[in-house]
Amino acid sequence: MRLNEHPILDFSLRRGREVTIYFEGKPVKAHEGETISMALHAAGIRVLSHSSEKHRPRGLFCAIGKCSSCLVKVNGIPNVRSCITLVEDGMRVEMQKGKEELPKTAKPPEWKDAPKFEGDVVIIGGGPAGLMAAINAADAGARVILIDEQPMLGGQLVKQTHKFFGKREQFAGVRGIKIAEILEEEARKRENIQIFLETSAVGVFQEGDEKLVIAVRKNRELLEFRGKSLVVATGAMEKMIPFENNDLPGIYGAGAIQTLMNTYGVKPGDRVLIVGAGNVGLILAYQLIQAGVEVKAIVEAMPKVGGYFVHAAKVRRLGVPILTRHTILRAEGRERVERAVVAQLDENWRPIPGTERVFDVDVIALAVGLRPSVELLHQAGCQLLYIRELGGHVVRRDERLETTISGIFVAGDTAGIEEATTAMLEGKVAGIAAALKAGVASPDWLKEIEKAQRDLEEFRSGPFGRHVLEGIKKVMIGGSE
Amino acid sequence: MMAAEIPRYLRYGYITPEELEKYIGELPGEERLRKRSVAIPECPQEIPCTPCKEICPVDAVSMPTPNDLPVVDYDKCVGCSLCVQICPGLAFFMMHYVGDRARITLPHELLPLPEKGEEVVLLNRVGEEVGRGRVILVIPREKSKGDTPILTVEVPIELAWDVRAVRVVRE
Repeated sequence: MRLNEHPILDFSLRRGREVTIYFEGKPVKAHEGETISMALHAAGIRVLSHSSEKHRPRGLFCAIGKCSSCLVKVNGIPNVRSCITLVEDGMRVEMQKGKEELPKTAKPPEWKDAPKFEGDVVIIGGGPAGLMAAINAADAGARVILIDEQPMLGGQLVKQTHKFFGKREQFAGVRGIKIAEILEEEARKRENIQIFLETSAVGVFQEGDEKLVIAVRKNRELLEFRGKSLVVATGAMEKMIPFENNDLPGIYGAGAIQTLMNTYGVKPGDRVLIVGAGNVGLILAYQLIQAGVEVKAIVEAMPKVGGYFVHAAKVRRLGVPILTRHTILRAEGRERVERAVVAQLDENWRPIPGTERVFDVDVIALAVGLRPSVELLHQAGCQLLYIRELGGHVVRRDERLETTISGIFVAGDTAGIEEATTAMLEGKVAGIAAALKAGVASPDWLKEIEKAQRDLEEFRSGPFGRHVLEGIKKVMIGGSE
Repeated sequence: MMAAEIPRYLRYGYITPEELEKYIGELPGEERLRKRSVAIPECPQEIPCTPCKEICPVDAVSMPTPNDLPVVDYDKCVGCSLCVQICPGLAFFMMHYVGDRARITLPHELLPLPEKGEEVVLLNRVGEEVGRGRVILVIPREKSKGDTPILTVEVPIELAWDVRAVRVVRE
């Protein structure tokens, strides 16, 4: 179930040396550079754990380390996120059964052992916002520390095979995967940016004049990062909706399917039903077709396509039905998805009896929206507000994206669900502002902030952006509300 | 939002030429279509996107701000296909009437890429097979200025306003 031929991607360049891992004692072929759950999925293994109360089978859901649906035991250590942990030759992986305890022999990392790293600006998250923040903060004169829990830089850009919108100076017409490469190269060639991958930030604290970020590298090593200012660009995670059997393996967040097929070249399944006709669901449908997977239908509870029309038109002309005013009622199957049952909704969002339709699918993709990953900002004590237009809880901030805690900045989807284009522009604003705050940038850089702010304003001036602006108005410190 | 306010194209996910005219103005007529290839954007919704305007070598795409709709000056358009190659929404097409055939230029980001001279299945805007046509030009991805392969397919003239995709069928 690996993809070889693809109109956009060349996986032969990406797959590393073949290695063997053991799942429940049985050997599984894997490639260096891929994560445990991707290798298992390629081998047809979808059940990764069982829930703690009812022992229900669980598989992947987000595939980017945010949801804990894919926890496994690796070499005896439980609670390992199989979606972001790279395979190693000979690794022994076991299904996790509920909450499992650390083996008695496991030795936790000792605090006094933690290596310490210091910079002017610490940036958490190496996606479009974090990378742009790092590049701009570095150019403004800051020593930058950039950390990300994924094994690669680029955030969600690494799986976006479609071309971006916007202006050409903002990478319009360039595929997300290419933008990720460009930004990574820019970041890596700057000597004043130190990059730490497979490193999860777990706590943010104030220590004297400094921000202290506590992180864990490769699940086992404690690290400390210090900087005068901090940018949090931790992205977002996929939302879930309630329906019967919504935890069956084979029900994935849309992004997880993109990770499987576009990042690691693993075929997610053969027949897919997509829930949600926003941009994510529409783009996913097109990418599935490109990967040779059949898309049975897209169902959308709203009476209209929520994403860009052009994305809808692309999949309609390839024969994918978009059923507006429809929702999923339940998934069926024993250990994995075998069918999906959908129904039409009435004006009051109630399923209309007699309109049920059954789709024989082995994958159900949920593209029902994202919510900002604000956990670290919340823990640090930044003020939060629930803003529907921005996708959930977001932090209050000013026009330079500084939160209610002096020296902590936010950018990208963490600041409110939007687009990679706006994430890059926000990253630029926050990166420069953080360098200014750290006292290392010349005031000339204010001009660059203003330019990025004007670009943001222009990008958001259409009907899609106006919706976001409503939300931003509500969280702006010193704003009109 | 009331159902009545929702444009038809957003309820169904595709647009008809009649509906398209309401947004981007009158479409090119037969006389213009016979003269030479002309670009037609099926882009009825205000989204922040400008590559078509930026790439046009003769400034035929009008778009005062990035969120405005692209409006093509069909007289200025030279039929170079750069907008079809670059459009991130794959929403630009070119049409040209030649005798009793129409030549449709469209993006094709799927495998396999048909070869010049190959017969392909013609698909309309909802993916229905409406006939067969012959591919007369292929610009592969590596030669495309927009990283998207495009092809020109010759179709019966009565299908000119329907065909917007092709399927390659090989035994």
